[in-house]
Amino acid sequence: MPIPSLQVPRLQVSGLAVARGDRNVVEALGFAVAAGEILHIRGRNGAGKTSLLEVLCGLRTPAAGTIDGQPDAEHRHWLGHKNALNPALSPDENLRFWCALSGHVDADVGQALQRVGLKAQRHRPCGSLSTGQRRRAALARLLALPRPWWFLDEPLAGLDHAGIDLLAELLDAHGRGGGAALVTSHQPLPQGVAGVRTLELRS
Amino acid sequence: MSAASAVFRRELLLAARRPAEWAQPLVFYAIVALLFPLGIEAHDPALKVFAPAIVWVGALLAALLGVERIFRGDLEDGTLEQLLLADAPAPLLVAAKLGAHWLLTALPLVVAAPFLGIALGLEPLAVKVLTLSLLLGTPTLMFTGGFAAALTVGAQRAGILLPILVLPLMTPAVIFGGGAVRAAASGLSFDAPLYFLGALLALTVTLLPFATAGALRNAIE
Amino acid sequence: MWTWFHQLASPPTFYRFADVLAPWLLGLAALLIGVGVYGGLFLAPPDYQQGDAFRIIYVHVPAAALSLSIYTLMAVAGGIALIWRMKLAEVAVVAAAPVGASFTALALLTGMLWGKPTWGAYWVWDARLTSELVLLFLYAGVIGLNQAYADPRAGARACAWLALVGVINVPIVHFSVTWWNSLHQGASILSVDGIRNPKISGDMLWPLLVSLGGFYLFFGAVWLRRMQNEVLWRERNARWAQQTVAA
Repeated sequence: MPIPSLQVPRLQVSGLAVARGDRNVVEALGFAVAAGEILHIRGRNGAGKTSLLEVLCGLRTPAAGTIDGQPDAEHRHWLGHKNALNPALSPDENLRFWCALSGHVDADVGQALQRVGLKAQRHRPCGSLSTGQRRRAALARLLALPRPWWFLDEPLAGLDHAGIDLLAELLDAHGRGGGAALVTSHQPLPQGVAGVRTLELRS
Repeated sequence: MSAASAVFRRELLLAARRPAEWAQPLVFYAIVALLFPLGIEAHDPALKVFAPAIVWVGALLAALLGVERIFRGDLEDGTLEQLLLADAPAPLLVAAKLGAHWLLTALPLVVAAPFLGIALGLEPLAVKVLTLSLLLGTPTLMFTGGFAAALTVGAQRAGILLPILVLPLMTPAVIFGGGAVRAAASGLSFDAPLYFLGALLALTVTLLPFATAGALRNAIE
Repeated sequence: MWTWFHQLASPPTFYRFADVLAPWLLGLAALLIGVGVYGGLFLAPPDYQQGDAFRIIYVHVPAAALSLSIYTLMAVAGGIALIWRMKLAEVAVVAAAPVGASFTALALLTGMLWGKPTWGAYWVWDARLTSELVLLFLYAGVIGLNQAYADPRAGARACAWLALVGVINVPIVHFSVTWWNSLHQGASILSVDGIRNPKISGDMLWPLLVSLGGFYLFFGAVWLRRMQNEVLWRERNARWAQQTVAA
């Protein structure tokens, strides 16, 4: 699937401080991510991975420092701990909503759901799906709307072995296609993903 | 614009999936308004005097019932953070959501108002003014309720804070709404309260979505 | 001048600044309130209509004026907190609310005590009293909202939004006596007409103005102290805070 060209090829961060509550969990952080790179942000629970990713994506503002080249809404995907799937609606309906929200009413939702292995469940309410199936449905959003920047927060959580392999394939294809991804995980990323750099957060 | 209509349609779809949730305020409203005549003697003139207040307070309580749910579900399943990250301006999406809720929760109240007004013994002119006042005032109730809901949805220990917050914000609409109907029932001019309701409508629908979106952004931080 | 403002925004600098200023404000406030209340109670002549009952004006008017001013200041601080994400502005919002609520309650209470002998009723649902009561509920909402949040910064920002939206009530309270038929008397001092042709006699006016000034200074002192407390609590893990407490 062709990926639209990166808006700005590099995400550059310098002197970044991230606060959670009244404390700074991250201080004076500097790094850069370019096209084709997968940045794995790792650290123990509570090290500040999620807060950092939220700041990088634009959900929260940093306590200090600058972020250059932050992608705008059209060029990024955020996959948080929660799947953004309403339990009363089916994966198909949920995905169609997210596509309509970005103005892409003609996106191929069926193919995205098939790719993640949810063809049989696509019309069942998300509340009746298992955790792993819901996570896959959330991943389908990344496929239905091709965007260059992926911000994935603990994407491995809730996935079985097949799901982890699927994620590895998607990440690899994304990186090879010229996209970039920032992934937080306290586990190591699965094998088979090219171009992974690691950023370790110590609390 | 298509983003706003997508949000709008989704709210309607969700209500269709869970009709009991949607019908609850309407049933509550009918119970409140119709139980009053049972408490007072059937042809007691006092009923006519209190009718505007009964209908208006019933509308306020019914609106209050539905308001808590407006953003909580979206916060819990992660939809809220996606909406705030989207390209479309957050205040527009908030307005679309609250507009859909008005259609689902308040419009039935407005449609039911004439029947309730007559059942409570109001004259035809007063019934007309009652319906008009509800039409003008319920959007204000919905949008201020949405703002209060946005403030409390991010709070961990909210408890009964929502009604306390909502009360000062909704009071003006209830005062003017009830006042308009009372004036019409007494044969006095009812223009001024209706104009005030209109002014409140214009202010809340245009400005409150910005404050609501800001409060929601604060809630997900 | 802006650098001074910027420096003041730093919590330790503000703490030291407030430590120096607050006692002076408090002392001056005590003096002015003392003089004003003495003048009002003993020096001003009795009113030809109300007799001595009018003397409650020397507490009622400052309390009411402060209830409005404090909410306005809260809204301004809230705007600053939201636009520039200034920690100190957030603290200012949260610290002001209980003081404003107290003054509002005092204004309502003294108004009720004044209303009984003059209007014959403790309470009427006219525009001014109702909107002042709404103001009390707004203050209560701000206080409650702050307590409901676990994260103090997010809570303060939510309060800032509520302060901003509710500030529309302040001009409503002030102009309610001109816009609607109200039992409450019109603006005697703070109106264009009131300044040109004073409606209140001079020997009754000066204790009121002195008392008013004293109350404002008192609020300033109390606000600074409350902000100091709040700042110290929020920054309790910082070195400057621990050194201050240890000293």
